[in-house]
Amino acid sequence: MVAIRGTGVSSGIALGKLIYYKRKENTPNEKFALDSASELAKWKNASEKAKKQLAVLADRTRREVGDEAAELFETHQLMIDDLDYTERIASLIVENKKSAVTAVEIAGKEFSEMFVAMDDDYMKARSVDVIDISHRITDILCDNQSIFDLKGEQSIIVADDLTPSETVQLDKSLVIGFVLSEGNANSHTAILARTLGIPAIIGANTEWKDEYEGRQIMIDGSVGYIVIDPDDTTKEYLLKKQQEEKAVRTMLEKLKGCSDITLDGKEIKVYANITHPADIDAVIANDARGIGLFRSEFLYLESDDYPTEETQFEAYKYVVQRMNGQRVIIRTLDIGADKKIDYFGLENEVNPALGMRALRLCLSRPEIFKTQLRALYRASAYGKLSIMLPLVTSLWEVQEVKRMCDGVKKSLQKDMLPYDEHLEIGIMIETPAAVMIAPDLAKEVSFFSIGTNDLLQYTVALDRQSTAALDRFQDNKHPALLKMIKMTVDAAHDAGIWAGICGEIAADSSMTEVFLKMGVDELSVSPRAVLPVRNIVRQTVVEK
Amino acid sequence: MKQFTYTIQDTVGIHARPAGLLAKKASEFSSKITLIKENKRADTRRIMMLMSLGIKCGDVVTVQVEGEDECFASEQIEKYLIENKF
Repeated sequence: MVAIRGTGVSSGIALGKLIYYKRKENTPNEKFALDSASELAKWKNASEKAKKQLAVLADRTRREVGDEAAELFETHQLMIDDLDYTERIASLIVENKKSAVTAVEIAGKEFSEMFVAMDDDYMKARSVDVIDISHRITDILCDNQSIFDLKGEQSIIVADDLTPSETVQLDKSLVIGFVLSEGNANSHTAILARTLGIPAIIGANTEWKDEYEGRQIMIDGSVGYIVIDPDDTTKEYLLKKQQEEKAVRTMLEKLKGCSDITLDGKEIKVYANITHPADIDAVIANDARGIGLFRSEFLYLESDDYPTEETQFEAYKYVVQRMNGQRVIIRTLDIGADKKIDYFGLENEVNPALGMRALRLCLSRPEIFKTQLRALYRASAYGKLSIMLPLVTSLWEVQEVKRMCDGVKKSLQKDMLPYDEHLEIGIMIETPAAVMIAPDLAKEVSFFSIGTNDLLQYTVALDRQSTAALDRFQDNKHPALLKMIKMTVDAAHDAGIWAGICGEIAADSSMTEVFLKMGVDELSVSPRAVLPVRNIVRQTVVEK
Repeated sequence: MKQFTYTIQDTVGIHARPAGLLAKKASEFSSKITLIKENKRADTRRIMMLMSLGIKCGDVVTVQVEGEDECFASEQIEKYLIENKF
């Protein structure tokens, strides 16, 4: 038995025969060509043929996989005709007297390197597209037929990396898993594997010996575990896990479209936390009824200067519109402490967790805060948007923000820009001070959301990123934390507002019932945890 | 010359597939259509250049349209971007 570790990029467990993906080596007959005209003609012919192959492949992919995957091959057809790419190949043939094969190889390499050099992982992965089209042309020029026979057996493909056409051309009724020694979570193989629901692992860097070929291999895509010649215990364990995963997935799938109501009829808000507009697809796929925490930091972290009102407005509006009338709670800028941004020019503090951060920073730099508030109010015209303030410690902070909001509303009226008159403002409860004055705060706002990570660290005076030596002092379910949650919820209910939890603990299935019995009205968790939480909500009785 | 700005909504930005769709649409017009992100620019018919701009979700791009049918082309391209949620 040989065990190997990689990174899982598509979950699921598979057991099959190990097959190495083999490529035909191109054997260019001559590096240089004297007759440029005939090489040019050969290349043009091969390009036309390649485009025809791609058209057939696109049709097949559309039937077997779907529109999105098929459009990629239509794009490949356009890439073959790309002006810069074709001009480069032609010049290599005419000016440098290269043979058609060599010219295509060189141009393919140059263009793929341009993508590799980009600082974005997604674009890096696109270098594969250029290599793919270039291979297709050189294969035609060298008369290589790509033959890959799986002999009717369920196979797990092992390769360094696979191009999109290599991936798609594999027989999907027989391929039950992918293992790549290189690869990227955004590579086509990973995306395609997820679409097809096949387990896939990347970065499985080991010495792949020839003798492994044809042996039994088992992979667990959720943890990136690979084992060759698994023994009976391993096999039994993984097959059992496969059955369980399947059962859980089927059960959770059935919960899509179901309400979040407890056995005794209390409706709970099960919302999702997101950090980027791109996460919205996962929110919708997991059927969350709203967004309980949209961290607005990404706008500031992704840019080199303060994001403009327009940029912010577009991002908020996009999320609000995609949620189609369901609640979106956007937390105002929460930087400082462990999240620093250069252009803010913040001074180094001895104790940043207790320093210039979050709402304190916003109130000290009102011009930055007003830009964000204006963008939020403008976006509120397009759906149900709520504003949430982080790290509140005093009543006056909330009152000052509300005065600023009144000013923002007046300026929008003056500019004839629409906004939601009923926009609700809520606060994060994440300091012991806020818990103690919760009854007063509750009179000023529309909801509370308890941020358990910060609340715990400020309560037990222990850094949340503490070292292992302090592990025994770290208790995520400290009775002091639970008591504070209860106090917060009671204060909210006394004032007639709702209270939720948006810290990591909200997704802890062993705690969900405890929170619901305390009277918590909302649980905001990562998108993937939405359905598991819904499952517990529907089996809980909250009344004592 | 006509020009307008557009904020990218597609969650992965303009990568291979959307670049292909845009290149195909742009080829319907005789005008030269250029996408500008910060100080980098690319002719929409040059698909690899277009991809290499690395346009991401939330980026604001300027679209320049220049040629005989610029009014019509500019209108149509803007409509195409919005309708297809680029």
